Amino acid sequence: MESIESHTEQAPSGLTKVKNSVISFFLMLYRVYAFIIRFFKEVFVPPYEFREVVRQCYETGVRSFTLITLTGFIIGVIFTKQSRPSLTDFGATSWLPSLVSIAVLKALAPLVTALIAAGKVGSSIGAELGSMRVTEQIDAMEVSGTKPFKFLVCTRVIATTFTIPLLATYTALIALLGGYLNINQNEGTSYATFIEQAFEPITFVDIWASLAKAVVFGFTIGIVGCYQGYNSTKGTEGVGKAANGAVVTAMFLVFIEEVLIVQIAGWFR
Amino acid sequence: MEKQKANIDFNNEVIRIRGLQKSFGDYHVLRGIDLDLYQGENLVVLGRSGTGKSVLIKLISGMLYPDAGTINVLGNELTTITEKEMEALRIRIGFSFQNSALYDSMTVRKNLEFPLVRNRKGITRKEIDNAVHKVLDAVSLSQTINQMPSELSGGQRKRIGIARTLILNPEIMLYDEPTAGLDPITCIEINELINEVQQSYNTSSIIITHDLTCAKMVGDRVAMLLDGQFQRVGTFDEVFATDDARVKPFYDYNFIE
Repeated sequence: MESIESHTEQAPSGLTKVKNSVISFFLMLYRVYAFIIRFFKEVFVPPYEFREVVRQCYETGVRSFTLITLTGFIIGVIFTKQSRPSLTDFGATSWLPSLVSIAVLKALAPLVTALIAAGKVGSSIGAELGSMRVTEQIDAMEVSGTKPFKFLVCTRVIATTFTIPLLATYTALIALLGGYLNINQNEGTSYATFIEQAFEPITFVDIWASLAKAVVFGFTIGIVGCYQGYNSTKGTEGVGKAANGAVVTAMFLVFIEEVLIVQIAGWFR
Repeated sequence: MEKQKANIDFNNEVIRIRGLQKSFGDYHVLRGIDLDLYQGENLVVLGRSGTGKSVLIKLISGMLYPDAGTINVLGNELTTITEKEMEALRIRIGFSFQNSALYDSMTVRKNLEFPLVRNRKGITRKEIDNAVHKVLDAVSLSQTINQMPSELSGGQRKRIGIARTLILNPEIMLYDEPTAGLDPITCIEINELINEVQQSYNTSSIIITHDLTCAKMVGDRVAMLLDGQFQRVGTFDEVFATDDARVKPFYDYNFIE
């Protein structure tokens, strides 16, 4: 029978554990980098899976549509409602339309859309591809001479990159509608005045920055979901991990990208 | 049911493997495999679970890369082949997965069309329909054409999996545990199908199994994989005409009185 000491000697030390974690982190970064490079290598090469891209765009949009409509509207109403008392103190309730539009168009619409999509679409992509990986469906595509990366990954990443900016624009419009209804009810501001005041402080740089953010968020959600699912292992447990990893990693990256893009957009103002 | 005599060309090796080795970490799965598969032959690879049978056919299909040795498939050396050449070669090899691996978001028709449309440029709708009906007839499942994989039984899924590989008219078929998890009658039906495929499509096949009934019904030759190497290769009766303590129990437990 082995002694307790011998087990203690074999257990990795804290330093070794840290070293292994650092190594596996950088290995993971390299694999993600290679995955992204592979995407750009394959996406421009025929055959193009147009039908599948359209199907994925539909799936991405429809999956998130109801939730985004509801969230966008509530954000508009609540943000307006919560901002009113502070502005009332300064007698500046006429600034409400501008305040709502700046908050919604510059920050909230792309960010909230991305977070919802990360939860709904990202997890779904991670789980779907993960499940296909562990049931050998991806291997079956590989051995039958079809290109699973192109069919499964490229189409989904294109779909999220294209659809999420559209959804973010829709979220912005719905949130502005929510804000307008609240302002109209309380201040009696007309639709034309609301629109005029709302878009007065918004520049083209703001709109482009917002759209650029949504494009980057869409790409991130797609690529992270696909990476997690496509490289899933260890059976059903792996599928769960892929879905969870897709959501957590995408949300984390979305926040980092938000900060970076706001900073970069600031240089152009 | 006795196996019909196959039309084997012993001068034409479609697969030639020499000194094949594969390890996963410290676990040496294959330790120097030599193997020849002849045109028109059904070769059954027998062995206990975890002996590397599935690893062998994954190496042959290019899903895994060997640590050492050579694998020549239809004149192509897999250790030096380019990615493009590998893609072209894969169309000539059919792979039937243990769990069928049907695309569960697609109907049976879409499952069958998927590899065909992507590998035959310019194919017409009529040609696709003809090919789909032909392979469905071959596996006797024409009525399932619009069903989803989840609506099929285990045996039907296996058959559709085989049909999906047949649609590309492969020269080599690799079957991974074709009868695993099926009832005895369905097993016999699948074995008969494997023989029909050999006869009708003139394929050369490697069948991975630990089911001796399957080995006896479909194998022109049987190879026993033990300790990472082929210990006995020959006809079914030749392989089991031994007192080798590693081989005999395999027979005894399968055909227990």
